[in-house]
Amino acid sequence: MKIHIQNGHVVDPKNLIDRPADVYIVAGKIVAVGHAPADFHANRTIDATGLIVCPGLVDLSVRLREPGFEYKATLESEMLAAASGGVTSLACPPDTDPPLDEPGLVEMLKFRARNLPGPRVYPIGALTQKLEGRALTEMAELTEAGCVAFTHADAPITDTQVLLRALEYAATFGYSVWLRPQDVYLARGGVAHDGAVASRLGLPGIPALAETVALATILQLARETGARVHIARLSTRDGIAMVRAAKAQGLGISCDVATTHLHLCENDLVGFDAQMHLAPPVRSVRDRDAIREALRDGSIDAICSDHTPVDEDEKQVPFGESAPGASGVELLLPLTLKWARSMGVSLNQAIDLISWKPAQILGIPVGHLSVGASADLCAFDEHAEWQVTSRTLKSQGKNTPFLNHLMQGRVRYTVIDGHIDFEAPLLRRPNDV
Amino acid sequence: MNPQLTPDGRLKHLLTLDGLPRAILIQILDTAESFMDVGEREVKKVPLLRGKSIFNLFFEPSTRTRTTFEIAAKRLSADVVNLNIATSSQSKGETILDTVDNLAAMHADMFVVRHAQSGAAHFIARHVAPHISVVNAGDGRHAHPTQGLLDVFTIRRYKGAFHNLRVAIVGDLLHSRVARSQIHALTTLGVPEVRVIAPKTLLPAGVEHMGIKVYHDMEAGLRDCDVVIMLRLQNERMKGARLPSAQEYFKFYGLTPDKLALAKPDAIVMHPGPMNRGVEIDSEVADGPQSVILPQVTYGIAVRMAVMALLAGASA
Repeated sequence: MKIHIQNGHVVDPKNLIDRPADVYIVAGKIVAVGHAPADFHANRTIDATGLIVCPGLVDLSVRLREPGFEYKATLESEMLAAASGGVTSLACPPDTDPPLDEPGLVEMLKFRARNLPGPRVYPIGALTQKLEGRALTEMAELTEAGCVAFTHADAPITDTQVLLRALEYAATFGYSVWLRPQDVYLARGGVAHDGAVASRLGLPGIPALAETVALATILQLARETGARVHIARLSTRDGIAMVRAAKAQGLGISCDVATTHLHLCENDLVGFDAQMHLAPPVRSVRDRDAIREALRDGSIDAICSDHTPVDEDEKQVPFGESAPGASGVELLLPLTLKWARSMGVSLNQAIDLISWKPAQILGIPVGHLSVGASADLCAFDEHAEWQVTSRTLKSQGKNTPFLNHLMQGRVRYTVIDGHIDFEAPLLRRPNDV
Repeated sequence: MNPQLTPDGRLKHLLTLDGLPRAILIQILDTAESFMDVGEREVKKVPLLRGKSIFNLFFEPSTRTRTTFEIAAKRLSADVVNLNIATSSQSKGETILDTVDNLAAMHADMFVVRHAQSGAAHFIARHVAPHISVVNAGDGRHAHPTQGLLDVFTIRRYKGAFHNLRVAIVGDLLHSRVARSQIHALTTLGVPEVRVIAPKTLLPAGVEHMGIKVYHDMEAGLRDCDVVIMLRLQNERMKGARLPSAQEYFKFYGLTPDKLALAKPDAIVMHPGPMNRGVEIDSEVADGPQSVILPQVTYGIAVRMAVMALLAGASA
């Protein structure tokens, strides 16, 4: 299969390309960006006039809900959703049922995913057995089965000694460990950011301290063990400052934030909309603005969707009883573009945060359009508007705080490994006759 | 947009006093005043809500609030059904929305809701058919608007006005829906100084943004107050490391005759009930001449009548 993507504007942050150029693909590899190689005859030509052509997006957290939670979402539905959002590689956390703590489970997931159209799936293995925070998993076996890192997802590790041992063991083999900093005791019972709004609404709070206290422990353990640590889903200004300081001291850590936290804050809780129930909670305006700024100055390394489809019934209850999380893999691109536009950030930098940078965190050879690289890319119309509705979302999870919002930025083509895995119908523009 | 008001600014639901216009609070208080004599008549009924069905949906146990809502509805001639869901369908796994839909199918006109989750009344109000009104009878830590209203009604009866008062609220602000509703009512009605008195473990984060003055020292906080409102302290607060003991709490935050003497001589003492004598309040104060705790209960009926009458669109 030879594909010619013509007349597009290529944005490839790794290779510092930001100009009109054609892309040529042969047998799943990029063979040229710019001029056609000799004897190139396309089987398929994609007209990318007016579109941005960029590396396929890499999402650091997409819950596929298999095994165990098929009533919330299935591999089929979520991989199609991801592909339609321009995502060509995704990492899935191990908080399935059972958790991804055995090689067999990981192999099965990889096998199932490989036989479906859609993105490359990179499982993150469970750091401890059953995510109980007690016994270590067979990290080497899990790595062989396909895990690219280890995490405890949102499950707490209350025993700091276990966390220390897990980091030491991971450091022995050079495995990467992803941790979301949240002190289980300080967060206990909480459902919203502990601040003026939650106090007014009478919602039990999760203080910013729950993040910073846990983060202090993680940073100290990372220093001590030399483990490769990635901090997942930062939510507070103080937490960002701590990571920034640790990096400045030479600690080799990375961190990410979720798209929801670039745009939402505690004020959005007024009205008790359970769609706003997220983990970590959306915090103060000050915290949100610190996240937006830290992405611009490079202190935060990547943006992910933290895609968490939940069953409709789990949101059709009072706020405090609802399941936290938002479906979001289809909004990764438009919500990142929205942040970039309002901050005056270049398209190049925005795309870097959702392709090349997260690919480096995962340690996978994608996220760029170099000659010889896998043909993983997406083409999108950065101006096209679409409305988020339960019909337009392909994910089985229709739970998002952005329901009914207008999004700017629509994926037209997603190419994975040289196959066109998603192709959006052409929208008729208002001025077309 | 305020979900409690109709597009033309009338009361549709009563969910919280937060953001409710002053004029509506005054309208409720004035309407309650007009109902005060109904309870003293030989026939304690007015026909305002004849033919209306009111469902008391109590997902959390309550005696006083449910009883006063029931009496208020009956005095307005409504048909009242009490459901203690804490002990019925919820334990059979029925969702709140199923419960509400089933009752709506029985042609309910109004739901009076109590629930342990903050925002539960908002949640139900968002889902019911447009002709149904929802009254929040207490949701989690969030709001207890009829209690807040009966408290300001009581204050107006004893003090006449709001613009020259100093009011202290003492106790477990953190867990108190009553205190939140009181604060909104008092600040909306123009009380110039609302004080809250509590140890740091019983104050919610950012409480100072609610337009109040925070005191940790009760003696300083009570000085020259016109109204002292005591809050109930739940026994389980001793377990969560918020307080060491009821005895130590009483020593610093219990209302005794000595401490009350620091307030103005004509200060009134209020409590939303049920009281823990010897924990937050000394019996001598609770039963003393400055206590208006029992009148609060009586006024609660008139205030709840007013709320239900206004919601039903009837003008008294």
